[in-house]
Amino acid sequence: MKMRKKFMATALGLGFAVSLSVSAMASDTIKIGVAGPHSGDLASYGLPSVNAAKIVVDKINKAGGINGKQLELLVEDTVCKPEIATNTATKLVSEGAQVVLGGICSGATKAALPIFNDAGILVMSPSATNPALTQSGEYPNFFRTIAPDDAQAKLDVDFATDTLGYKKIAVIHDKGDYGKGFAEFAKQFIEEGGKAEVVLFEGVTPGGVDYSAIVQKIKKSGAETVIFGGYHPEASKIISMMKKKRLDVTFISDDGVKDQTFIKVAGENAEGAYASGPQDNSTNPLSIAAIEEHKTTFNADPGAFYENAYSAMLAMTNAIAKAGSTDLAALKAALESEKVDTPVGKISFDAKGDAIGVGFSVYQVKDGVFTELK
Amino acid sequence: MLMDFDYFRELFFSGLTRGAIYALIALGYTMVYGIIGLINFAHGEIYMIGAFTAFIAATIFSILGFPALAIIILAGVCAVIWSASYGYTIEKIAYKPLRHAPRLSPLISAIGMSIFLQNYVLLAQTSDFLPFPALIPDFDFMEPYAHIVGSTDVVILATTTVIMIILTFIIKYTKVGKAMRATAQDRTMATLVGINVNRIISATFIIGSSLAAVGGLLIASHIGQINFYIGFIAGIKAFTAAVLGGIGSIPGAVLGSVILGLTESFATGYVSSDYEDVFAFSLLVLILIFKPSGILGKADNQKV
Amino acid sequence: MLTELRKSLIASIWFAFLTFPIMVIKVNSIEKTIQWRWMNVVYVMVGIFFLSMAFRFLLKQKEMRAGKEESGTEIKLSPIHQLINHPTYRVVFGAALLLFAVVYPFVFSTYQINIMTTALMYVVLGLGLNIVVGLAGLLDLGYVAFYAVGAYSYALLNHHFGLGFWAVLPIGGVLAAIFGILLGIPVLRLRGDYLAIVTLGFGEIIRLVLENWGEFSKGPSGISNIPRPGLFGIELSLNDAITYTYYLMVIFVVVTIFFVNRLQDSRLGRAWIALREDEIACQAMGIDKMKTKLIAFSLGAFWAGIIGVMFAAKTTFINPASFTFLESAMILSIVVLGGMGSIVGVILGALILILLPEYLRELSEYRMLAFGAALVAMMVFRPQGLISNVRRTYSINKDE
Repeated sequence: MKMRKKFMATALGLGFAVSLSVSAMASDTIKIGVAGPHSGDLASYGLPSVNAAKIVVDKINKAGGINGKQLELLVEDTVCKPEIATNTATKLVSEGAQVVLGGICSGATKAALPIFNDAGILVMSPSATNPALTQSGEYPNFFRTIAPDDAQAKLDVDFATDTLGYKKIAVIHDKGDYGKGFAEFAKQFIEEGGKAEVVLFEGVTPGGVDYSAIVQKIKKSGAETVIFGGYHPEASKIISMMKKKRLDVTFISDDGVKDQTFIKVAGENAEGAYASGPQDNSTNPLSIAAIEEHKTTFNADPGAFYENAYSAMLAMTNAIAKAGSTDLAALKAALESEKVDTPVGKISFDAKGDAIGVGFSVYQVKDGVFTELK
Repeated sequence: MLMDFDYFRELFFSGLTRGAIYALIALGYTMVYGIIGLINFAHGEIYMIGAFTAFIAATIFSILGFPALAIIILAGVCAVIWSASYGYTIEKIAYKPLRHAPRLSPLISAIGMSIFLQNYVLLAQTSDFLPFPALIPDFDFMEPYAHIVGSTDVVILATTTVIMIILTFIIKYTKVGKAMRATAQDRTMATLVGINVNRIISATFIIGSSLAAVGGLLIASHIGQINFYIGFIAGIKAFTAAVLGGIGSIPGAVLGSVILGLTESFATGYVSSDYEDVFAFSLLVLILIFKPSGILGKADNQKV
Repeated sequence: MLTELRKSLIASIWFAFLTFPIMVIKVNSIEKTIQWRWMNVVYVMVGIFFLSMAFRFLLKQKEMRAGKEESGTEIKLSPIHQLINHPTYRVVFGAALLLFAVVYPFVFSTYQINIMTTALMYVVLGLGLNIVVGLAGLLDLGYVAFYAVGAYSYALLNHHFGLGFWAVLPIGGVLAAIFGILLGIPVLRLRGDYLAIVTLGFGEIIRLVLENWGEFSKGPSGISNIPRPGLFGIELSLNDAITYTYYLMVIFVVVTIFFVNRLQDSRLGRAWIALREDEIACQAMGIDKMKTKLIAFSLGAFWAGIIGVMFAAKTTFINPASFTFLESAMILSIVVLGGMGSIVGVILGALILILLPEYLRELSEYRMLAFGAALVAMMVFRPQGLISNVRRTYSINKDE
């Protein structure tokens, strides 16, 4: 009895392993990998991209595919962890992915890119904003449909020093890859600009139960505004604590904060806060159509980076059609020369991989919604 | 100079509040550890579930139009009932069968339970951060001091103090408390003198979890948001505080928490918040090197 | 039978109550709406009904087994130990395993090779921690710190001085061992769980310093483009590099098993076990407590450092996020789950704990839920670990 149970378990395990290994068979479809966090605490940033990929692929397949070939999606979870992202990358490569949508977090994307590069696979991210991804030249196979962090930091700093005319700025971050990177650029631009001084540069511990000490420190520093690099949970805690400690200075942040959840959680305290984010596309007919498709398919509003992912899918599929293959060099040439109409605007790509025609604008919370400042 | 004293006072109170927050969670840790010698990693998750239950209850009662005071009390009662039930059930499933197992096995079981509960709430509720309503209103008489210490802070400080006094009383003078101390000292001996050890351990988990629920309610309304992951970070800090004060000791848990809170606050204020946790853990290492059983812990002499 | 049904019914009603707020109600405090998901009550009740039956059945079985062992009538070795203790079977078994390891890359896909390499890394980490926890009985919750030291020493030495994998491999190990001694000297006089929490704190300090001291470690954005292990300067394609790394890991595992096995039976290994069982008696026997503990601590750290170097070379990118407390907890789980002190157990534990989440990918979002439940279940039903360590016994046979 016992032996049989063990045997069964072994047989099952072996069968499982074999079935996994033979799935990598060649076929005449074009395989598009989708990598991102689909579980864990960052899942809400990764799942909208999967939806975008599904919608675009469905649409193209119904219209007869690309050059007669149908598209197929390979969706893999990276949990935004570098070590898992490399496993996922090898899995996608061995399953025969020809282009990849993804890398949601910059860190995990950086870890996975060399593997895709060695296999000659084009990767396009809707959300990885770390400047080094394109500017270092280390990742020739990488493209993105979102502007890098330094562009955003520059915009926020110019807004604080020129438009609002502040002289003393506190720069706070959440010690994370994204937040600290953004904060360091902000600090650099403030110092280079010479119009204002950085009176405080510090990180807060994400998930902390109480931020009153750092708020008291901001108060003591005499800052006229706080520039915060990080995500909305910490931002709403800090801004609420500022109100509680009767500290009345403005709050400027990044697109990790430009999320409706920020307003939901911080409530009235969020009123008047500034945050930069991707340009408002609400008048772009393609964007309206893309959101409408999501509503009819999934019966819900699309989430973070949905439009960027949708645009990336359009840009990649268009390049495959124009290049006639999924060869990396041919795709790169097509991406650089062809202008594509997407929900984030009419875009093409520069030689480094950044999208031309995608930018940021500054928003302010007014009556519970982010309103674009012109 | 005056300005600097104000700053010192501000930091002192934010450290005190933070300490009181840690203490609410640390008390449960220290009780469970004292009685069965287990680092109950799932305790942070009980706190998180308490906060979620309070959130759900508070929202329902506010939709039904209850007055503010009733909402706080009812949400608190719900949180305590369910957290205590979770604590009781977890002990029965994950720890009781391991009573005679090797010492580290319950620890792994606790880590597994902690992972399970986090993902359970993630799947059954949401991965997003939820806005937790400010259940405690701003008192008018506190307004002149609001920039130093807020109304919520005062409520937290008072609650922690009251809980500590009640708990000390229970453990020192009541029958259950005496049984608890006996069980903690020697489980076999306690059984011999007629103490139902299983019931006492269950009682410990129920009391510890109820405290975590009160903590969940107060802390969540202090920071204004909850999600499934809040228990883990707060739990580790609270455990550190409990060890700092001498694990197993009720006043020790509170003292350790306050010292930890003040250290972090002053480290942020006078040095840099980049390294506040480094200061906290270095303090822990230092104190344990010179006083290996924590500040108020009893040094146990080892015998052959 | 009827009481069994009644007990299960009570359990399912209790759980229906218990899970009521979290499973059934979902509120939106902004739009003031409540969503009632009554179907979940049914799912919970039916699920718990059967689960509680299974739970009690298995517990009873476990108790019966324990009763049998206590009465001492039969001390049965697990099949694996029977296999290992038998001289000829041991050779056959080992050879078969090695053969499997050698042909593995030819049979399975790159992805499978890659996750197996990760699993093998955890085998070595588990064996390293096993020296500290399993043999010497020192509960270390900050083991990941030494792993981080190894990984960062390769990344930084390579970045600044261009040192290669093979040059840094021993350096990383030695650096980690030095850290082990530096930490060990002050804290090793703490006992039990106090030691645990101090090592946890130390692990966190290392991670926080790496995160905040940007000039030194490049902060949270990490270090990328770390070269893979070299093979006499031959350029390897990605697939070959992965296969090569896999074989390297196989060799590492074999070497580690050899060392740990020899250590266990050495004078030092016995001193560790004695120390674990009774410190005072041990000192009375003339064992230098401090020195013995320090050696255990630094040897464990040495292995973590070596695997850290390997980790950096394998992922080619590291940042402090890979070295959190959860990682320490995972390695500790491997040791405890496998069976403390048992080499075979630790190997099995690592393979299960690392490969399980990968194969559970089919369950997608339920993956970690299942993983947590599996950890609890494995501990409840096999608290001594999968393979419990067998003490070496010596018997005098009068007939000879």
